[in-house]
Amino acid sequence: MSGPSLMDSLFQRTLEDLIKGLRQQLIGEQAFISKALEEIRKEIKSTDLSTKSTALLKLCYLSNLHFHDMSFAAFHALEVLSSPRFSHKKIGYHAISLSFHDSTPVLLLITNHLRKDLTSTNEFEVSLSLQCLSRIANADLARDLTPEVFTLLSSNKLYVRKRAVAVVLRVFEKYPDSVRVCFKRLVENLENYDPQILSAVVGVFSELACKDPRSYLPLAPEFYKILVDSKSNWISIKVLKIFAKLAPLEPRLANRVVEPICDLMRKTGAKSLLFECVRTVVTSFSEYESAVRLAVEKIREFLVDEDPNLKYLGLHALSIVASKHLWVVSENKEVVIKSLSDPDPNIKIESLRLVMAMVSEHNVAEISKILVNYALKSDPLFCNEILGSILSTCSRNVYEIIVDFDWYVSLLGEMSRIPHCQMGEEIENQFIDIGLRVKDVRPELVRVARDLLIDPALLGNSFLHRVLSAAAWVSGEYVEFSRNPLEFMEALLQPRTSLLPPSIMAIYIQSAFKVLVFCLHTCFVRGGSTAGVSASASYESFDDLSVENGADSTVAHGQTCTSAPITNESIVNLLKLVELALSPLLGSHDVEVQERARNLLGFVDLIKLEALNSSGQEENDSERKGVEATKIIRLVHDAFSKELGPVSLTAQGKVPVPDGLTLNENLGDLETICGDIELPSSNTFSFGYPSEEKDVSSFSNLQIKEDSGQSNESTSLLAEHRKRHGLYYLPSGKSEVISNDYPPANDPALLGDNNDNASDLVKLTAESLVPKRKPNHSKPRPVVVKLDEVDEKPVAVKQLESRDDSLSGAVRDILFGSEDILPTSSRSNLPNSNRKGKKKQHMITQVESKENVVDDGNSSSRRRKDHSHGKERRHRKKNAEERNETDRKEKESSSNHPRRHKSRQRAEEPLKVPPQTSVIPDFLL
Amino acid sequence: MGIRFILMVNKQGQTRLAQYYEWLTLEERRALEGEIVRKCLARNEQQCSFVEHRNYKIVYRRYASLFFLVGVDNDENELAILEFIHLLVETMDRHFGNVCELDIMFHLEKAHFMLEEMVMNGSIVETSKANILSPIQLMDKAS
Repeated sequence: MSGPSLMDSLFQRTLEDLIKGLRQQLIGEQAFISKALEEIRKEIKSTDLSTKSTALLKLCYLSNLHFHDMSFAAFHALEVLSSPRFSHKKIGYHAISLSFHDSTPVLLLITNHLRKDLTSTNEFEVSLSLQCLSRIANADLARDLTPEVFTLLSSNKLYVRKRAVAVVLRVFEKYPDSVRVCFKRLVENLENYDPQILSAVVGVFSELACKDPRSYLPLAPEFYKILVDSKSNWISIKVLKIFAKLAPLEPRLANRVVEPICDLMRKTGAKSLLFECVRTVVTSFSEYESAVRLAVEKIREFLVDEDPNLKYLGLHALSIVASKHLWVVSENKEVVIKSLSDPDPNIKIESLRLVMAMVSEHNVAEISKILVNYALKSDPLFCNEILGSILSTCSRNVYEIIVDFDWYVSLLGEMSRIPHCQMGEEIENQFIDIGLRVKDVRPELVRVARDLLIDPALLGNSFLHRVLSAAAWVSGEYVEFSRNPLEFMEALLQPRTSLLPPSIMAIYIQSAFKVLVFCLHTCFVRGGSTAGVSASASYESFDDLSVENGADSTVAHGQTCTSAPITNESIVNLLKLVELALSPLLGSHDVEVQERARNLLGFVDLIKLEALNSSGQEENDSERKGVEATKIIRLVHDAFSKELGPVSLTAQGKVPVPDGLTLNENLGDLETICGDIELPSSNTFSFGYPSEEKDVSSFSNLQIKEDSGQSNESTSLLAEHRKRHGLYYLPSGKSEVISNDYPPANDPALLGDNNDNASDLVKLTAESLVPKRKPNHSKPRPVVVKLDEVDEKPVAVKQLESRDDSLSGAVRDILFGSEDILPTSSRSNLPNSNRKGKKKQHMITQVESKENVVDDGNSSSRRRKDHSHGKERRHRKKNAEERNETDRKEKESSSNHPRRHKSRQRAEEPLKVPPQTSVIPDFLL
Repeated sequence: MGIRFILMVNKQGQTRLAQYYEWLTLEERRALEGEIVRKCLARNEQQCSFVEHRNYKIVYRRYASLFFLVGVDNDENELAILEFIHLLVETMDRHFGNVCELDIMFHLEKAHFMLEEMVMNGSIVETSKANILSPIQLMDKAS
């Protein structure tokens, strides 16, 4: 029996051997580890405790650093725990605190071990078990060991008492009833002057106050004393954290505390404490002008410091101030803008946030211009960070800050041409959104869309495909604003569209359909001869626009094309172009593309048969047929010209269900009938972009001729396109070679004027930050269609989330959850502790309700009355507090207001409820 | 809870010590450590020591070949955490005498123990080097 175990222990590898072996790596790490694990599994079953504990130690090492599961050893760890030798016990506790968690099955068995060690005379054993408890305690353990922890809270060994205090936090969290037992002793420790103990107690309270600050208001005098007397920076920082939570709840407390904090800020040499003071002031004392000024002074020192850490924190503090005192940011704008080109991406992002905080209706154009310039120069990651924040800021609250939409739309176009731009999806959404909402901007939108579509280089950038799909949609939907629809046709059908994914390809084809119908309509329905006039007339009406926008080469290029009116001849060419470009797509593997190509080709065939054959010869016949063709064109044109408006998210819900329609009828019967029919798997179909959904069913009866030659004419097509739009292709010499390579969409080198340095930018923003009306803003803001409540809400919520993002996320859960977990301040059956009284009462009600006391609400309140009988003052206070409490709860449940607001409400409550002001205990020493 | 985890990672990105104050499964830990190491080790000396990650912050500092990374809640004081890291290094220095990566590797349990003396429940409880080391020295003597 003892033989093998002796052999094991003699030849067992120690942890050191294991580590050395791992480092030598003779047989590869994985192989070595799995061999070692095998040994450990054997050794850990040994009856010899030192063999067992060594095995356990090795396992801990592998688990901690090499992610190997050690849950199988849970029971063995418990066995090691029972060893009389301290060194074994230590390993056992180490293993347990590393590997145990709430669902470890043997957790139940540990209670007695812990109890034994908690009551041990060896302070190190006590400390080990306390440490372990702080890591693994669950509700059961916390409940069973509360008495032991309570005893240790007043232990005369500082070493033990310190740890007992620290463990209380976990015990409270897991087993709220323990508050009744331990809270008083915990508070007593607050009055202890030993820095070790104090540090631990203050740590516990700063965590507790984080979760439910209101309950700890009565302890304010104690905290105040610590704040004033403390010599340890660690403790001061924690106390400041507590006051940051308490001050907003009680204005008189804030009045009292603000001076000592400012003193501390002036005197301290430690940057960490200084920063904590600054942060406390800017978060919780922002109404105190002088304190804020002092804090801002300190922030400025941080900002100009060489140390990137201080700079980052300075910017961070600024962003906290920004929400309430925007002037602070504009006062420091030079530093902020300079930080945009800091070598540290984190600092850059922080300063970007600040710049965005400064954006307003008056300076949005200037700031965006500067930022876009920065984006051109910076690395892809930060570039997209910039673009993203411009997009989200400008679109906030349904484009609240945008006055000049023409400018914004061209900015969107410009942004999508930035080489690193990956915000295609957002730009796409905004293009369509603005198109739908803002009528007046559509001509400009069409111009921007044209510039994007016509440039073949953009098709090569897959990040831009989403933008292009929006541009294509715009060109089809608002083609009537176009100066030259024929040009759109060419752009939409250009050979390089084959680079697009099928879903966007389908949008291109559909848009081409719309443009074609528009051309035919202008040509035939309005009369062939007048078409040219109308086209050029519409061109003229936008002439002033193009001049104003500093028409560059593209517009000049457009001019040459537009001068050609839509004539019969151009229509014939157009139809040819459509056939040429789309016939290869009839064989497309994508259902959507194929379908739409067929629709369009069918339509073209129909028109050709009806109208164009006749153009020359038989006059009578042509007229008759022409009438039919006109009919078709008019029909289709009408179908397309119905305007799409923005649709509210909840619109579907508002439609009443018609009488005869039963939506919820059981469809189970259907399943039995269709059970054996195999449904085609849905992912073999690809659907177009949802906003592109158009009713095409009316054309379904159009015949589609299958005779279209699948000739591979794309090369000749490409050459032709190149000849026409030579501007966008590489300069000659290469032009004979047909290649798929294009210069990058937007070469920064070509863009010239973006090498302005930081000082210029500072100057620019400095100007732009001066709130003044720009002359070109004299144009009134166009109407932006809003769908009341629906639009406002999501935007507002989004804004909120981004503002106090991660901080509240975690805290909010706890805050709501902890109402029951951590009972609030209380009334007690301990006669002389009136400050935690109510908390305990709360507990009592809970206990009673657990014991199924009938009518628990009444009985407890009766008892409460009994207790507080003759203590009028306290009673009144309690009632007021309770009212307050329920008030607050109601508010919390009824509204999803931002937490910030709520805390402000709470802070104001004492003022709003007159009887309460009289009963608030005097915290003020 | 203030501090969520403490990691020590070498230049190659291998974890040398990991202490978590909230329970994470091995898979979560592996993912987390991978992400953090990728984020922090790519940064240079001129950049600040704070990195935002998921919904908390990482405060890190490099000593020779070893990175000390501490994950903290957002409202934790970053500079205090930097001081804490320095204190930790000084403490280990005093105990091991010019501490290096190997010391931590071969005395992982002891390093854990030191951390346990300093931090409980994610909040810093002890900041005096003497107080941290005295129980460790006593235990060394005893065994």
